[in-house]
Amino acid sequence: MNGLTALIRRNIKLFFKDKGMFFSSLITPLILLVLYGTFLSNVYEETFRNSLEAAGTTVPDKLIGGCVSGELSSSLLAVCCVTVAFLSNMLMVQDKVTGARRDLTITPVKGYTLALSYYLATLFSTLLVCLVAAVVCFLYIGNAGWYLITADVLYLLLDVVLLVLFGTALSSIVNCCLSSQGQISAVSAIISAGYGFICGAYMPISQFSDGLQKVISFLPDTYGTSLLRNHMLRGVFEEMGNQGFPNEIVEAIKDSVDCNLYFFGEKVALSNMYFILVVSVMAAVAIYVVINVLFGKKKSKRSIRT
Amino acid sequence: MSNMIEISHLSKRFGDVKAVQDLSFRVREGELFAFLGINGAGKSTTINIICGQLVKDAGTVQIGGMELEQNLDQIKKSLGVVFQNSVLDKDLSVQDNLCSRAALYGITGEAFQKRLSELARLLEFEDLLKRTIGKLSGGQRRRIDIARALLNRPKLLILDEPTTGLDPQTRSTLWRVIGDLRKRENMTVFLTTHYMEETADADYVVILDSGRIAAEGTPLELKNTYTGDFITIYGIEEADVRRFGAEYEPIRDAFRISVPNTAAATELILQYPEIFRDYEITKGKMDDVFLTVTGKKLTGGVEK
Repeated sequence: MNGLTALIRRNIKLFFKDKGMFFSSLITPLILLVLYGTFLSNVYEETFRNSLEAAGTTVPDKLIGGCVSGELSSSLLAVCCVTVAFLSNMLMVQDKVTGARRDLTITPVKGYTLALSYYLATLFSTLLVCLVAAVVCFLYIGNAGWYLITADVLYLLLDVVLLVLFGTALSSIVNCCLSSQGQISAVSAIISAGYGFICGAYMPISQFSDGLQKVISFLPDTYGTSLLRNHMLRGVFEEMGNQGFPNEIVEAIKDSVDCNLYFFGEKVALSNMYFILVVSVMAAVAIYVVINVLFGKKKSKRSIRT
Repeated sequence: MSNMIEISHLSKRFGDVKAVQDLSFRVREGELFAFLGINGAGKSTTINIICGQLVKDAGTVQIGGMELEQNLDQIKKSLGVVFQNSVLDKDLSVQDNLCSRAALYGITGEAFQKRLSELARLLEFEDLLKRTIGKLSGGQRRRIDIARALLNRPKLLILDEPTTGLDPQTRSTLWRVIGDLRKRENMTVFLTTHYMEETADADYVVILDSGRIAAEGTPLELKNTYTGDFITIYGIEEADVRRFGAEYEPIRDAFRISVPNTAAATELILQYPEIFRDYEITKGKMDDVFLTVTGKKLTGGVEK
């Protein structure tokens, strides 16, 4: 237990002290912030306002602000939970590159303790960063238009925890297979640049082609993003209803911002989204465990053979 | 004296490359054992097998009387290893590095603080504890590397080219500390090095060439077997030296004559007492042994 605690502490400290690793893990959220800050928020605001005004309704600025800030915040958190986990977990690969992993295995520490230490350290670091990001998002929403209730906030925190658990398990599986600096750079670049698209953070999935939407509907993190968006915007949609917005318009907006997700035409309920995410987390953790057990067995078999 | 390492008929190959072939040797407890060879001779492969990092293809390896495969966890507790390249965490402080390492051996709290103080005093890094590893000089880092390997009071310390690139003062400090520990704690030291003068103090030397043992023995045995003696005579003329009929070379203010052994040197002195007024007899160096055994010269890891 001492060994596990010491390794977790080491891994966490290294993540936060390695400025390169820490800041590169925040690149995708920063890209999002810049995108929204420079023009996307205005575009979304205009689009909302125009489409609602076209439908014959006028929208208060606070409601528009709540809607846009909710979308931005959900995107930012969805991306953060996975990209920060990937980058934080790169320590697992860096240790292989620098020889630290080899050095650690000459101590009496078990292979599964090492594997667990990377998982738990990544989980902690990512949770910490994402919870701070969540607080920043709440402040931003509070400034732009707050329609959240306590239950929404609690659900949002649950969504963040689930997505972080998923991101950490996924990154552990992927990083297990990497062993060079080049691979680290390649995976970091792909995750930083690509993940925002496939999870619907850069642009809503509803704007993708039908084929692509079907493919993306198989990815568990899509449902994580949708859960975040649903909880971020629930109060906004409720307020729209209170202000007499037609239900069709509200549903159309929900469709356009991925609050409603469809799996081969069938609308996926929020409870099912949670089910998918929880099962995915369990499956990913199980795969990570299996990889480590198989690796351990392979090693001991080789020893017996000799 | 019992054996700390006992290796019999050890073999390991990587594809077509036979890294280690039918290697057998013993390292006695408390001994300074030097394991020499050019890069690719099989030194690192052997060390990796001893540390449980690599699996052998054939042969047996016993550490402290225990079979390696069956008792790897137990054996690891008594091992300390200093690799050629430092693997300290550069972004963490000296104390953090040592603290997390010690915890892997179950050394925490007061026990850790006590051991840390001992090692910091011994290796003279008390004032560096709060410093980040990345800000230390090569010599300072090496001292921390050694301290880390010594945290668990290892019975067997493996030093893989520990002094490469270090200044003479740091090298001398390291050897002094390791020498003291060997005496005090009966620690066995398994050394690979490219500095042949460091092997002169070894209790036993094994020279590897292409994965096989090319020569082994104490430094004296190796020198006696593979090199002759040298007589350096001062203040004489070259004509006098030619009278010996032996191989010689002029040096700044003397001539150095090669003789097969000390007996031959004595014979020469008795034969020409008038020439031997100011002279000295020296054994060949370990560099000469290495050159004779392998046909290669080892200078800082470069084969010549």
